[in-house]
Amino acid sequence: MISANNVSKRYGAVQALQEVSLDLHPGEVVALVGDNGAGKSTLVKVIAGVVGPDSGGVAIDGEPAHIGNPHDAQRHGISTVYQDLALCENLDVVANLFLGAERRKWSLLSHIRMERSARDLLTSLDVRIRDIRVPVAMLSGGQRQSVAIARALIGEPRLVILDEPTAALGVEQTAQVLDLIRRLRERGLAVLLISHNLADVRAVSDRVVVLRLGRNAGEFRTADATQESIVAAITGAAA
Amino acid sequence: MNAATVTRKPYTPKEAVERLRHGDLGAWPVVGALVAIAVVFGTLNEHFLSPENLTNLALQMAATGTISLGIIMVLLLGEIDLSAGSVSGLCAVVMAILSVRQGWNPILAIVVALAAGALVGLLHGVMFTRLRMPSFVVTLAGLIGWQGLLLYLLGEGGIVNLPFDGFVAKLSDTWLPSWLAWTIVALLVLASGGSSLVNRRLRLAAELPVPPVWWAAVKIGGLTVVLAGAVLVMSADRGVPLLLVIFGTLVVAFDLVLRHTAFGRWMYAVGGNVEAARRAGISVTRIRVLAFVLSSTLAAFGGILSASRLSAVNQGSGGSDILLMAIAAAVIGGTSLFGGRGRTYAALLGILVIQSITNGMFLLSVDSSVRYMVTAAVLALAVAIDSLARRGSTT
Repeated sequence: MISANNVSKRYGAVQALQEVSLDLHPGEVVALVGDNGAGKSTLVKVIAGVVGPDSGGVAIDGEPAHIGNPHDAQRHGISTVYQDLALCENLDVVANLFLGAERRKWSLLSHIRMERSARDLLTSLDVRIRDIRVPVAMLSGGQRQSVAIARALIGEPRLVILDEPTAALGVEQTAQVLDLIRRLRERGLAVLLISHNLADVRAVSDRVVVLRLGRNAGEFRTADATQESIVAAITGAAA
Repeated sequence: MNAATVTRKPYTPKEAVERLRHGDLGAWPVVGALVAIAVVFGTLNEHFLSPENLTNLALQMAATGTISLGIIMVLLLGEIDLSAGSVSGLCAVVMAILSVRQGWNPILAIVVALAAGALVGLLHGVMFTRLRMPSFVVTLAGLIGWQGLLLYLLGEGGIVNLPFDGFVAKLSDTWLPSWLAWTIVALLVLASGGSSLVNRRLRLAAELPVPPVWWAAVKIGGLTVVLAGAVLVMSADRGVPLLLVIFGTLVVAFDLVLRHTAFGRWMYAVGGNVEAARRAGISVTRIRVLAFVLSSTLAAFGGILSASRLSAVNQGSGGSDILLMAIAAAVIGGTSLFGGRGRTYAALLGILVIQSITNGMFLLSVDSSVRYMVTAAVLALAVAIDSLARRGSTT
């Protein structure tokens, strides 16, 4: 289990996070929701090692973990897919999946080994791409999102953080990505999903955690919660 | 999955058009241009396609082509190196002064000149990455500054002649005997055929799709025809010039490095998306500095080859239109100005186009004013294709 405990973070005059806690279990999709400025991004950055918290911190299996930079986070099995995907559009799918983590002997790339594992990974995630040797620029938005998510799995993480994975996608491609998120859960990964889209959240998540003005503002089991109660927690309207 | 089902399917015409629209033109526009040039000049002047002239063409290509190869290294990152011409002249002067005036061993002088080039590139790279100066400005300063240093080093005399029977001058006056040229062709064809065969077996063993056999056969057949044709033509004259072999070796070696090493992969990654490369843990600074070092070192080598052909260095070394021709060659050959796209063969194909135009116009005794305008039109066309391809790939 990976958890954030009593995390506080202040940017100048703005208290971005105050005593926020969050538990993430294997095989569970947790949706992190909240209005703009609620502190979602800051919390994600703390867990992913992009910013350090003022107080509180991340614990892994109950042990406090020192996460000072994104590299530490990756070493602890925390992998993040940002909204801008960070793909090299001129490179093919295989090259993107292994970018910065190329399998190689001395300095020579092991093309065949990488392509084999890339195909196995994409097949196991049921991601369909006709020719994985074409530049990523030629793929659809949903396929690119799938490649970015698949890339997060290369380091065999325990937790995958997805920042607005469906924001730029059409209906059909959104459905593909949501299917992909379900398969991450089936693989026993913890998934933290940041989304503005409550329909997606309700479709795919097991638990919804609401932030409001930098504080925990409610936690629901998705199966039991109504849309109204989640919206009420987000806006702060008396339920 | 069994082997029969994993053969990569050829593209349907519709998909092929789609790929072309996305800028996946590859080398075809350049090859088309070369054929057109050969037909036009060949019909206008019977000497253009003569073995003697084609051999001259091969000789003329090597120096600027090598500089162009260096330019490709920085273009792949989406940067530019305007100093390559000056650096080539400067390093040629360093080599000439050391070997002639100081009486050093010529090979040692060449090594020192190459090291000087690398140092210049290191300086450019550090100014670009640490001081965050745009590459355009850094290398523009280099263009002027290194030209100044060249004039200072040459001093009053303004010219250093290289002995005609010296090592450096011999570089451009050495011709491969026929048996050696044919052995090299045979080895290249065997190596390329063998590697594609081994690669095919390894891919099949890993249950990966392989291109159809006829496609591999066509590629190797094409290579054989091109290489054998070149050797046949040049053997009818003085033979294959050593200069061309040196240039060709550089092109092939750098292509292999770019495609098969982690360093090469990271060059393309930085050129494609700097932020993505940085987040993937690639040291962007190191890649950038290395690209500038490679560019200047190759420029230095190009300068030395150029000095070898002239058997002299003078105040005009590396000046006039060498830089512009080297950049134009890289772009005409298919290297994108926007970074991340292009192969080293662009230097070979691009310089072949430019040098053929120059050479052909010279044979027709056309004024250099017309030659500049025609070269400019070809360059503009190449950049237009590049821009359209880029637009196609981002929308």
